[in-house]
Amino acid sequence: MADAEEDASALSSVDLSRVALYGALLAVMAAILTPIEAGLVTSFKTSPGGVSSTLPFAPPTPEFFTLSKWSAALNALGRGMVNSALYAIPATVISAFLGSLAAYGLTQAQWKPRYKAPLLALVVAGIFIPYQAVLVPLSRFWAVYAPLDEWLSFLWALGINDDYVGILELLITHVAYGVPICTVLFRSYYKNMSIEMVESARLDGASLRRVYRRIILPLSTPMFAVVLIYQFTQIWNDLLFALVLVSTESSPAAPVTLILAGLGQSQEGVDFPLRMAGAFIAALPTLAVYVMFGEEFAEGVAS
Amino acid sequence: MRDILRTVRRRLTHDDPSTDGGTITEQRPSPGATQRVRDRLGDRFGSDFVESLPFWLPTFLLMGLFVYGAIIWNLLISLTDYQGFVQPDYTNLDLEMYAQAFTDSSVVSASVNTFLLLIAFTLATLAVGLGLAILVDRHIRFENTFRTIYLLPMSLSFVVTAQFWLWMYNFNNGVVNILLGVVGLGPVDWLGNQSVVLWAVVFALMWQFSGYAMVVYLAGLRAIPTEHYEAAKVDGASTLKMYWRVIVPQLKGSTISASVVLMVFALKAFDFLYSLVSGYRPPAGSDILATKMVREAYSNLNWAYGSAIAIMLFAMALSIIGPYLVYQFRRGNL
Repeated sequence: MADAEEDASALSSVDLSRVALYGALLAVMAAILTPIEAGLVTSFKTSPGGVSSTLPFAPPTPEFFTLSKWSAALNALGRGMVNSALYAIPATVISAFLGSLAAYGLTQAQWKPRYKAPLLALVVAGIFIPYQAVLVPLSRFWAVYAPLDEWLSFLWALGINDDYVGILELLITHVAYGVPICTVLFRSYYKNMSIEMVESARLDGASLRRVYRRIILPLSTPMFAVVLIYQFTQIWNDLLFALVLVSTESSPAAPVTLILAGLGQSQEGVDFPLRMAGAFIAALPTLAVYVMFGEEFAEGVAS
Repeated sequence: MRDILRTVRRRLTHDDPSTDGGTITEQRPSPGATQRVRDRLGDRFGSDFVESLPFWLPTFLLMGLFVYGAIIWNLLISLTDYQGFVQPDYTNLDLEMYAQAFTDSSVVSASVNTFLLLIAFTLATLAVGLGLAILVDRHIRFENTFRTIYLLPMSLSFVVTAQFWLWMYNFNNGVVNILLGVVGLGPVDWLGNQSVVLWAVVFALMWQFSGYAMVVYLAGLRAIPTEHYEAAKVDGASTLKMYWRVIVPQLKGSTISASVVLMVFALKAFDFLYSLVSGYRPPAGSDILATKMVREAYSNLNWAYGSAIAIMLFAMALSIIGPYLVYQFRRGNL
């Protein structure tokens, strides 16, 4: 009898702790989602009427409901979405590929670790550089020492707006600052890879290039997924380089983050529904990538 | 495994001049000056050194130019008096900009803010992340769903999250003030009050990155053998004690790598602060070195002064990364 009672109390205490556990998990989930949810419902409200007379996290009532903010935001940001994609996608692919090559040369190729270590330290440190420390030289470099807009004058003669030189500058810049993290991600993968195959191939006289193309590259597919997703998110989300290299949001070459940063700002104050709609549009590609490849994204940030 | 090896070997030895014609000539010994140099380099650095050059050299050239070259150049610019639309004069170098920065009260307060932001944000995010990781690690259902949602804000741009938090912190209609109003507090002017704005920013950044700390800690927790939990249980330790005495000390590696990454994110909080106000001047009381530097250089055109502030920021980052690199080197990770 006493045993049964003890069992029952043990069971209920277990249940209680499980209930508390799930309660805590759900509370955190609510805290994480609240800013996003409030933004979403607000983007469908009229302003200033809708935002001031409804609760920020409540859906709009029919009288305050509007889709006009979304269409306005789409109008303002559409050009930026195309511009961002124009440099984010190539820069992602190029930096991932360069990172894979460099990581291979630094891990699977046999040369003395004594000399590899300082090079690796330079790569790792390269990830953590605050970009402010290179900004002024970077803008000097593009303006004075590598004046792409002069070199590409034949393109502008074809009728392409010469502001698009900013896109090309952003592409190269993002590749340069993206390769360190790509190299480190690939390196951690190649380091843990079994070297049996590579060694036996090398003994049979295969060159490093052949080993890379026939063995390493095909086996790197899962890591390419991780690196491409991580890099794309980073490049798409960046504002600083866009601000420095393209500078004004009215430029035809302005990336989406640059336009969003100044959206809906006027003398009367901030148009919140417009900004929220804009935020969701700008976040759409990275959100889509995250929803589809959440696992790979988690892997990328964890390493 | 053996089969795979065999097919790979067959594929590799199979001569295919159309795709890989270069290797044959490369392998043939040619007793010339280049070969001698190659041999010497091979002796010095290891057998594959010369052959591996084309793989890693492009990356190092890019990095050498854009990262390390640019930092040295930045240091040089910070020693000039470069400002406005004239060209920098590299013949007259002095430390004037640094002297000016050290006596500039706005630089001093920006440094203090950077430091506070760095410490508060990192500690808070680590603590929340560890808590979340422990919760998620307790064999829960829908673990993937919870993890995905906790990590979600990290996939968003600072520009996007700044919009959300601008609305959350809105004085009249923001969620934060409305919730505080329910329990009879506030309203607080989160972004307008100089003494709270920095903490409001820290909270928003913590919201964005606690999922990241959770993922890192979760990987660390999963690497601890279950015997350690069981041994602690047998010894009669309470759950809290078990985590504090047995588990947390084993997460040192996770803590170090997560805090380095978080501190670097905090140094990059520029994007967030810029987007809050759509301009170079962040809310009073939240100016950090990153925003001060960009404002001096790109808004006031004080290029040399901006560069000097950038070097201070760089030194701050280096004091975090340097020990981290030494730590990784000692553990044989480099």
